[in-house]
Amino acid sequence: MTRHGRHAAAFCLLLLLTLLLGATRVQVLDSPSYDGNPANRRLAITRYAQPRGNILVGGHPVTGSRATHSQLKYVRAYTDGPLYAPVTGFASQTYGATLLEAAEDDVLSGTADQLVALPLWNAVTRRQQPGGDVRTTINPAAQRAAYRGLGGRKGAVAALDPATGRILALVSTPSYDPGDIAGTGPAATTAWSGLLDHPDQPMVNRALRQTYPPGSTFKTVTAIAALTSGTITDVDEPTDSPDPYPLPGSTVRLTNESSTEACRDASLRIAYQISCNTVFGKLGDDVGLKAMADTAGAFGFNDPALRIPSRAATSVFDTHMDRAQLALSSIGQYNTAATPLQMAMVAAAVANGGTLMQPHLVDRTPVATTYDSVYRQVMDANVAAQMQELMTGAVAQGTGRRAAIPGAVVGGKTGTAQNGENNRGMPFAWFIAWAHPKDSGTPAVAVAVVVEDAAANRADISGGGVAAPIARAVMRAVL
Amino acid sequence: MRTSTVDAPPPPAIRLPKRRGVELALLVAAVLISVYGYCAVGLARYGAVPPDAVRYGSALGGLALLAHISVRLRAPYADPLLLPIAVLLNGLGLVLIYRLDLQTPDTAAPAQLIWSALGVALFIGVVVLLRDYRVLARYAYVSVAAALVLMIVPIFFPAVNGAKIWIQYAGFSIQPGEFAKVLLAVFFAAYLADNRHALAYTGRRIRKLQLPTGRVLGPILAIWVISVGVLVLERDLGTSLLFFGLFVILLYVATGRTGWIAVGLVLSAAGAFAAGALEPHVHSRVTDWLHPFASIDAGRGPGQLAQSLFAFAAGGALGAGLGEGHSVLIGFAVKSDFILATAGEELGLAGIGAVILLYALLVARGYRAGLAMRDPFGRLLAIGLASIIALQVFVITGGVTDLIPLTGMAMPFLAQGGSSVVTNWIIVALLMLLSDTARSADEGRGR
Repeated sequence: MTRHGRHAAAFCLLLLLTLLLGATRVQVLDSPSYDGNPANRRLAITRYAQPRGNILVGGHPVTGSRATHSQLKYVRAYTDGPLYAPVTGFASQTYGATLLEAAEDDVLSGTADQLVALPLWNAVTRRQQPGGDVRTTINPAAQRAAYRGLGGRKGAVAALDPATGRILALVSTPSYDPGDIAGTGPAATTAWSGLLDHPDQPMVNRALRQTYPPGSTFKTVTAIAALTSGTITDVDEPTDSPDPYPLPGSTVRLTNESSTEACRDASLRIAYQISCNTVFGKLGDDVGLKAMADTAGAFGFNDPALRIPSRAATSVFDTHMDRAQLALSSIGQYNTAATPLQMAMVAAAVANGGTLMQPHLVDRTPVATTYDSVYRQVMDANVAAQMQELMTGAVAQGTGRRAAIPGAVVGGKTGTAQNGENNRGMPFAWFIAWAHPKDSGTPAVAVAVVVEDAAANRADISGGGVAAPIARAVMRAVL
Repeated sequence: MRTSTVDAPPPPAIRLPKRRGVELALLVAAVLISVYGYCAVGLARYGAVPPDAVRYGSALGGLALLAHISVRLRAPYADPLLLPIAVLLNGLGLVLIYRLDLQTPDTAAPAQLIWSALGVALFIGVVVLLRDYRVLARYAYVSVAAALVLMIVPIFFPAVNGAKIWIQYAGFSIQPGEFAKVLLAVFFAAYLADNRHALAYTGRRIRKLQLPTGRVLGPILAIWVISVGVLVLERDLGTSLLFFGLFVILLYVATGRTGWIAVGLVLSAAGAFAAGALEPHVHSRVTDWLHPFASIDAGRGPGQLAQSLFAFAAGGALGAGLGEGHSVLIGFAVKSDFILATAGEELGLAGIGAVILLYALLVARGYRAGLAMRDPFGRLLAIGLASIIALQVFVITGGVTDLIPLTGMAMPFLAQGGSSVVTNWIIVALLMLLSDTARSADEGRGR
């Protein structure tokens, strides 16, 4: 009986040992997969257990955290939601995060490993790290000026510091308040579906994630390609350009918006000033597809890896086209499409002597500082100087007069892009510009404005009339 | 077997230490650990020591002291580890229930403390009043009749959460099946002590397997039928498994025949298969065991078992700390069947390991008492009671860690549940008496 009693004891202890092994499996070996299971509420509970780090604009937080007294303790709040939504994005307990809230999430939520001062000690205490603040490059005055300038219209503004690549303004209208969808429950879901169903799509970041046909503003790229490739050596020499210009290999004849005689055989300077489609269409064809695509590519067209740190939509310059399509593409039509950020980069490169700086939105976080870096040397300084002349001319005497600022050197280019099948859609008004104070050679600001205003009279939609005053307001705010 | 030496007169010269001082020191430690846990919960949740920490500590300490005094008076040679382990587990259970009370609408800790007091009172009652455990053998058939009544009565009461194991009356609910465990252990021990020779040495032999005869097979089949009956009528898989496992273990110990194990395994496999296939409640438990995340994949969110696994996993090796976990996500039964998940999340594998070792120690000391006894009834009773604890811990811990299909059962001493905590105190009281007899007999023999 004793021997069998010992067997039974051994059996019972074996059962308990099995339990220890089972617990080890769940708690140690398999625990990462359980911890990472999306259905495990602990992820969200931990994430929202402490206030999120803030996003700073001009040194002041534009975000906050509100105590909820529920399972998810803190919910994101925004001090000036619609104004900064294209910068911050949203951080929602229901719908995840976008833009900076997503790109810098590990810093803001306190999960970045580098936030931990003493990693080994923290492994023992497992104290949650407080979230870190993200300091942006946004200039609040420029951001406000752009937002106010766009008013109730659909459109976007992107502004850069050409010398550094710092993004000074990133505005998209109509906007939305990310605070409305930050929480959980019916209020958030109703707001979310309302935003999704809204005909104007307020959650689309038009400055960064929407591409438009750039229209005549793209003539800047064509002009640079012509000067860089040597197709044009003297900006004042008349070009051999008919008006209207029959598209090569096609029966379509390209005309100009304003039916003046000035475009026939106009010099590059005049053609740029009064925005001759005929001259630039032919010029693109003369430069050729390869050189045109190279120059556009140097500005960032067709670069899917452009990040600020959020991904920007890829601007497009088609690389497989016939001559007629190339001519149309060279005046910013056909398949050519650009984000407002991309066109601001075009203006910035000209202003900065041909050096395009990497655009960036984050100045620094507790774990990283963004240093200025060169994106590409797009053109040599000589071409840049000639382009600066053309662009200041377009503001002083040409289509961009309404962007002029007393006491400052301003260069710019208007654009009115046709839109839709057979141009039935409302055209987009564009303006790209740069400026610096008269007494300083250092470029201070480059800006791109697009207004897509379905409510306005078609005749009023023009880069010079609608978009230039907004660009002017933004540049004034920076200067 | 040296049963003939039991009644030999004690040589007075050699005395075994009674070890009551060790017991007292361990009791102080057990109470202090529990009070520390209570304070840790308050500090983690509110940043302050709970205002009633002193009251909680003195209540637990008072109960432990009363039990200790009764042991000093009536069972001075009892095993000094049993009582401190019981107090520590009970104290820890109160801490965990109190901790969960802070995040759930209902408050269970005060009631659990009252039940614990009642349990300790019964412990003292058993230690003081039961002068000689051997009288229990006389009531073997009364015990089994009472056990059957206790198991059958809940069938006439409404099912609670799928299991018909409660008697609810006027807001007061007890689980009579808990008490039936002790009664059945008494009956099994007495029956097998009387019939073990008949069971062991008759019947045919096939190779090395000694098969029992049909005549003695009757009672084991009857127990099997009762187990399956409990399972089907009350939908209580855990209790059914416990009864049957207990019987097979005791049968094996009493007869030493591996044939009984074969029969037991065949019968339990058949019963389990039939239940799994036919009884929807059991079938769903088996499905949950195999696929704990099925409800997540189906878009219904994590079920209780998945939440339990999440809680264990969140604890990791060292745990989140008392009051720092989120095991309340388990929802229903978080304080009873799933109490171990809270321990797992907040105390980690280290805490779970400590708790399981405490149970292992309790079981080992029970077995030790049993193996030291010369009286077959006492021996089988001690082994049976220790096995009840081991099986119960295995069934519920294995269930909540997805090792075996989950069956509702109370973790001894830890889980919320008055009937369970009272029963476990009676079990410990009986083990104390048995170990006292075993060791004083040792002293008697002057070993």
